[in-house]
Amino acid sequence: MVEQSQDHWLGSRLQTDPLTAGFVVIGVLFFLDLLRRLATGTVRPDTVATFLWSGIVFGMAIGLAGIGLAMTYSILQFANFAHGDLITAGAFAGWSSTFVIVGFGNIAMEILLLVGQPARISSQLGISVTTAPLAIVVGFIVSVLFAAGLAVGLDRVVFRPMRDQSGISLLIASVGVALALRHLIQFIYQPSTPSVVHDPEVPRQAIPVGSGSFTIDAHQVTLVVVALGLMIGVHLLLQYTKLGTAMRAMADNEDLAKITGISTERVVLYTWLIGGGLTGAAGYLLALEQGFLDLTLGWDILLVIFAGVILGGIGSIYGAIVGGLTIGIVSQLSIVWLPSEFTTVAAFVIMIAVLLVRPNGIFGGVTSV
Amino acid sequence: MSDGDAQADDTTPGGDTEQSVRDRIWAVASASDIRLIAVTLLAIYAIFLFLGIVGGLDANGLYSSLERVTFFAAVYALVVLALNLQWGYAGLFNIGIAGFMAIGLYSMHILTVQIGLAYPIGALGAVLITSLFGALVALPALRLRADYLAIVTLAFAEIVRSILGSQRFAEFTFAGFDIGFGGATGPDGTLPDPVKFFLYKHPYSLRPEPNAFGEFYFGLFDLFIIDDSTAEGILYALFLSLFVGLYYFLLVRTGNSPFGRVLKAIREDETVAKALGKDTRKFKITAFALGSALMGLAAILWYTKRGGVTPTNFEPEVTFFVFVALIIGGAGSNTGSVIGGIVFGALLFRGPVFIERIINQRLEAEADPTTIFDAFGGIDPFIVYTTDNLSALRVVLLGVVLVILIQRRPEGLLGKRKEIASSIDLEDRTGGEN
Repeated sequence: MVEQSQDHWLGSRLQTDPLTAGFVVIGVLFFLDLLRRLATGTVRPDTVATFLWSGIVFGMAIGLAGIGLAMTYSILQFANFAHGDLITAGAFAGWSSTFVIVGFGNIAMEILLLVGQPARISSQLGISVTTAPLAIVVGFIVSVLFAAGLAVGLDRVVFRPMRDQSGISLLIASVGVALALRHLIQFIYQPSTPSVVHDPEVPRQAIPVGSGSFTIDAHQVTLVVVALGLMIGVHLLLQYTKLGTAMRAMADNEDLAKITGISTERVVLYTWLIGGGLTGAAGYLLALEQGFLDLTLGWDILLVIFAGVILGGIGSIYGAIVGGLTIGIVSQLSIVWLPSEFTTVAAFVIMIAVLLVRPNGIFGGVTSV
Repeated sequence: MSDGDAQADDTTPGGDTEQSVRDRIWAVASASDIRLIAVTLLAIYAIFLFLGIVGGLDANGLYSSLERVTFFAAVYALVVLALNLQWGYAGLFNIGIAGFMAIGLYSMHILTVQIGLAYPIGALGAVLITSLFGALVALPALRLRADYLAIVTLAFAEIVRSILGSQRFAEFTFAGFDIGFGGATGPDGTLPDPVKFFLYKHPYSLRPEPNAFGEFYFGLFDLFIIDDSTAEGILYALFLSLFVGLYYFLLVRTGNSPFGRVLKAIREDETVAKALGKDTRKFKITAFALGSALMGLAAILWYTKRGGVTPTNFEPEVTFFVFVALIIGGAGSNTGSVIGGIVFGALLFRGPVFIERIINQRLEAEADPTTIFDAFGGIDPFIVYTTDNLSALRVVLLGVVLVILIQRRPEGLLGKRKEIASSIDLEDRTGGEN
């Protein structure tokens, strides 16, 4: 969580660490190849712009979801595999509320609460940020609150009794939580992928690039803007509040933090509240952006989030944001070279390479040894 | 007492007489351990028989459900034993089990169905390929902390699954052979079922005709009113059980060998093992590769019964199921692994499906509840909704069991008997006092 001094981290590392230098060289080579392809016309500029934009959108969601994971990693020192399903739970709860608000009085409550299951009613409701802004704001808030509450509840029941156990025991417990949570959602909502927004209602804008253009839609912009706002909020919280200082202190050195009178359990509580809330936000926004809910919404991107967190340095919140954004952009841009079905493979390969070469990540986060 | 050589001294009193085969088997598996496994299995059979009779299954239905139970108990026991070598002995936290199983099975499919090698040669080749991948993953990954190793192995398994399921590698030419992974639906062609070769003259003709042994075997089962397909399944279950025995024998021997003792020493304290001059990396890589190979073979034995191969069989949940099974039995104990595999495969994995079948047979609700709100309309709709969605609830149950176990009893049912690293129990003073 502590930042490296700015002038230090790139310049001197390139000299002292040939492996990092190797990474940079490979990155530069890919960048040059991209320029070559653009110049020779094998890749159109608007195609690259499309990939870049979808990469930024995806990366912001990954970065936002990664903050919670990085927080629990640095404060509680375990890899939380239930994080992905917390995203899913938040998204489902939030969209249930949005549906109830939009369809209240016209459609039976059961159908609305189950996000239009079994009948698909998204086109009837016609939800988008412009047609139902209030319902979306309320749904977003419900997502945040629900995921935060669920995270604290799970901590009380599952993780708190295990505070003195090893990171691996906690990891295994979190796998159990992930399995139970995902299938409980399945039990309630049934396995299906209900669409939540009405596509024709979403405002779109084509932006000209070179001879072509790429499209951005209002939901993508909403995701990026809200995620950015929340990230700035987290930054202010960490740097300028007593709680933020306490959290950074605990991530740095738990024993030292305790000696100075920081209440460990209180910090842990806020870690789950804030991390869980941001996770719920990410889930709601992801469903808004992709237009549908999915039982594996969070589980499918869990490893990608891990990739972002690891790239940024496990336990570093700023690293999680930058790492998530980088992974998002790189995985989308990889379509220039790889078939589109291998976007996540590209993200995983980068993650494995970083773990093997630079386990502290590019930004060198704080985890106790 | 330890799993392994507990009774060795009792059964070979003189020591100078040559050990018979029976003694040697006794030496690796003490009588009490075999008895424990047998009692567990019989208890589970009794539960299923009781439920089946109460549920009104006919004789054939009963035998077939016992056959299914044995099948899943055996396949899980196989994978759990392999994982126990990696995690229980060497402390390597591998959550990419599904990936190694997929590599084993796909290699088998390519070598036998696509290239045309015979079953045993194909299986041997597939096992070798899987062990190479195991070594490949272990080589760099062993420098990592346990939680990083977990993430790397899971990512590896997911990379394997996306490559196997991708359209790009559905068909390609490798070393002059036209092979392929078949994309999302898996490669065409049915894997050979080894048991069929024992029973039929031409196992893959349209209407296979039993050979001499097949005639005798099916005739035998006709006496007990068991149809041919169930009889075939029973033979396959026996075939699998034979492999469980082989795995168990191999792993107990490995555990008690000098190699296994080093592994246990690494698990307890790697620095000490290094200080004693052991090249711990080499031991860990070997253990990881061997464990991966056994996982690959387990997958082959599992899916040759089914015939078809798809990437969806190897989602990460498979890995977590195996972990639940190992934690139930207790990591570090081979007997525990077998019992964990049996309890998991039979009760947790197969049990809910069996109960669903029985309830569906007895209870035909007039209105089929489709949402959870319909389910709360009364007792019958609730039961029907619950049983219809039992596959989801089953995993919820597994998750809860995993959390409770890791909180309350992380050592599992038999983990307390974790095998000691030394060749004799240093705390056992009885010998000295006599």
